[in-house]
Amino acid sequence: MPTEFLYGVEVVLNGLMAGVLYALVALGFVLIFKASGIFNYAQGVLALFAALTLVGIMEGQVPFAHLINAIFGTEIHHFGWHVPAVLAILLTAAVMVLLAWCVHNFVFRHLVGQEPIILFMATIGLAYFLEGVGDLMWGSDIKTLDVGLPQGASFWLEENTAFLGGEDFYGFFIDKLDMVATLVAALLVIALVLFSQYTKQGRAMRAVADDHQAALSVGISLNFIWVLVWSLAGFVALVAGIMWGAKSGVQFSLSLIALKALPVLMLGGFTSIPGAIVGGLIIGVGEKLFEFLIGAPYLGGATENWFAYVLALIFLVFRPQGLFGEKIIERV
Amino acid sequence: MKDTVDPYVTEDGRQIGGVLMEMKNITLRFGGVVAIKDISFDIREGEVRAIIGPNGAGKSSMLNVISGFYNPQEGEVFYKGEKRPPMRPYQVARLGIARTFQNIALFDGMSVLDNIMTGRLNHMKAGMWKQAIWKGAAEREETENREAVEKVIDFLEIQAIRKTPVGRLPYGLKKRVELARALAAEPSLLLLDEPMAGMNVEEKEDMSRFILDVNDEFGTTIALIEHDMGVVMDLSDRVVVMDYGKKIGDGTPDEVRNNQEVIDAYLGVSHD
Repeated sequence: MPTEFLYGVEVVLNGLMAGVLYALVALGFVLIFKASGIFNYAQGVLALFAALTLVGIMEGQVPFAHLINAIFGTEIHHFGWHVPAVLAILLTAAVMVLLAWCVHNFVFRHLVGQEPIILFMATIGLAYFLEGVGDLMWGSDIKTLDVGLPQGASFWLEENTAFLGGEDFYGFFIDKLDMVATLVAALLVIALVLFSQYTKQGRAMRAVADDHQAALSVGISLNFIWVLVWSLAGFVALVAGIMWGAKSGVQFSLSLIALKALPVLMLGGFTSIPGAIVGGLIIGVGEKLFEFLIGAPYLGGATENWFAYVLALIFLVFRPQGLFGEKIIERV
Repeated sequence: MKDTVDPYVTEDGRQIGGVLMEMKNITLRFGGVVAIKDISFDIREGEVRAIIGPNGAGKSSMLNVISGFYNPQEGEVFYKGEKRPPMRPYQVARLGIARTFQNIALFDGMSVLDNIMTGRLNHMKAGMWKQAIWKGAAEREETENREAVEKVIDFLEIQAIRKTPVGRLPYGLKKRVELARALAAEPSLLLLDEPMAGMNVEEKEDMSRFILDVNDEFGTTIALIEHDMGVVMDLSDRVVVMDYGKKIGDGTPDEVRNNQEVIDAYLGVSHD
């Protein structure tokens, strides 16, 4: 096989892996949007907050240490213990549920029935508020997140695929973390789909998304479902936060990955879980392949920064509901 | 009007029991507008109770009070002999009061089957975690609930459309699916807000038949709002008549038909 082709395959594989991470963030958006009609701008910050909290708990950091020290003149920073990763993840999940409860009860509960744009503005406010709280709670320095996920290239894969090409080809280079992320994302999606299709709460969730009045009339508590939805979004954010945090460190630019989820949603549609996955994969592969085939040789590179948005723009013009979004039919 | 609360058997052999729900001196205001003025009436077990009246009389408001969508400023609601505190609609639904809506409130994106399954939500007791891991009890429960739903589907003759997304159905069938969802809850009290609005004669006849069959076969107590006087007279055991938020008549269809105030409200009266 020609080496060029094999490099192409490698680019596609890496694109798929990157796409999975985009899809993970997009999934959080879709969950909230489907169930409450809120476009949650804060999803990226939610992921950042989850990652910060996870690191904080693992390292035994004292939350609000700076604030406490400033007020009381103390010098405390650490509890002096380290929490094992699994326990820390569970604790962080609990924090995300608590956060979901607060977000619903203090903000969105009071905005039920408002225009989508108002809800959207509220999520922008929430995003900046959460970013500030995260900063205040855990500090703004860049942290490394090590929950024991494998890192670095898979040499096994590299050695065992090297024979495919000629002398110039050294085998497929794929990050082990990316592979884990793919696996986790797949499991997460399967779990979410099973949950929403076959469980009582899942069915109630879909019902609430569809019609509030009807949901009330069959005995569904809207508040419970909305807290559940925000919890799920927080949970997805936690998974995304772990993956991105392990890949590139926990830093405040993590919240910007939310912006990468936007073109994914334009492609996949705002209301489709499979759409978020496929959209993420298309963007991931598309931007890597575009860079490899056209960007780097002809356009001077760095096309990955804008490719996704241009693709989304094209979709907006020709298929505004996305690949999987519900068809827009106007009844007259 | 039968003043006694002793159980009795109707001419067509249905059992009418004691008082299931009692509304006492209900007053409901929206700002300065008084939608319901000091109304009292009761609903007895096993009967078909109609609420009629001209447009804007406050019939739907009354149904919304019963189902918890509105909480009245004054008055008391007794259900199964106990005073019911102000409640949210989902709590009322959990008491076994199911309803349909005048303008149909279904889950358009979900299939007919899924829509009707939501009616069973309160019969599913397995907790979220049990549900999430899908074991034993949860699975058995799902099967049981599916059976109950299939029975309702057979009963209302909508087998052919069970997998169709509700959004694609014509109006008449949507009304029937909404009834099916309410029935799936096996309610003690079924509230129907204009079940026949906007239907043609044939559809009305079908719906009337279903309502009578539900009452007859399951013994479900039904309270309904309807405009079509012929339908109301045929279906109901007792009728409450409302006009401008007040109760102007209460009794059997025959009594109501001959009530002068009711005739005036419906046909108009000359003020000379």
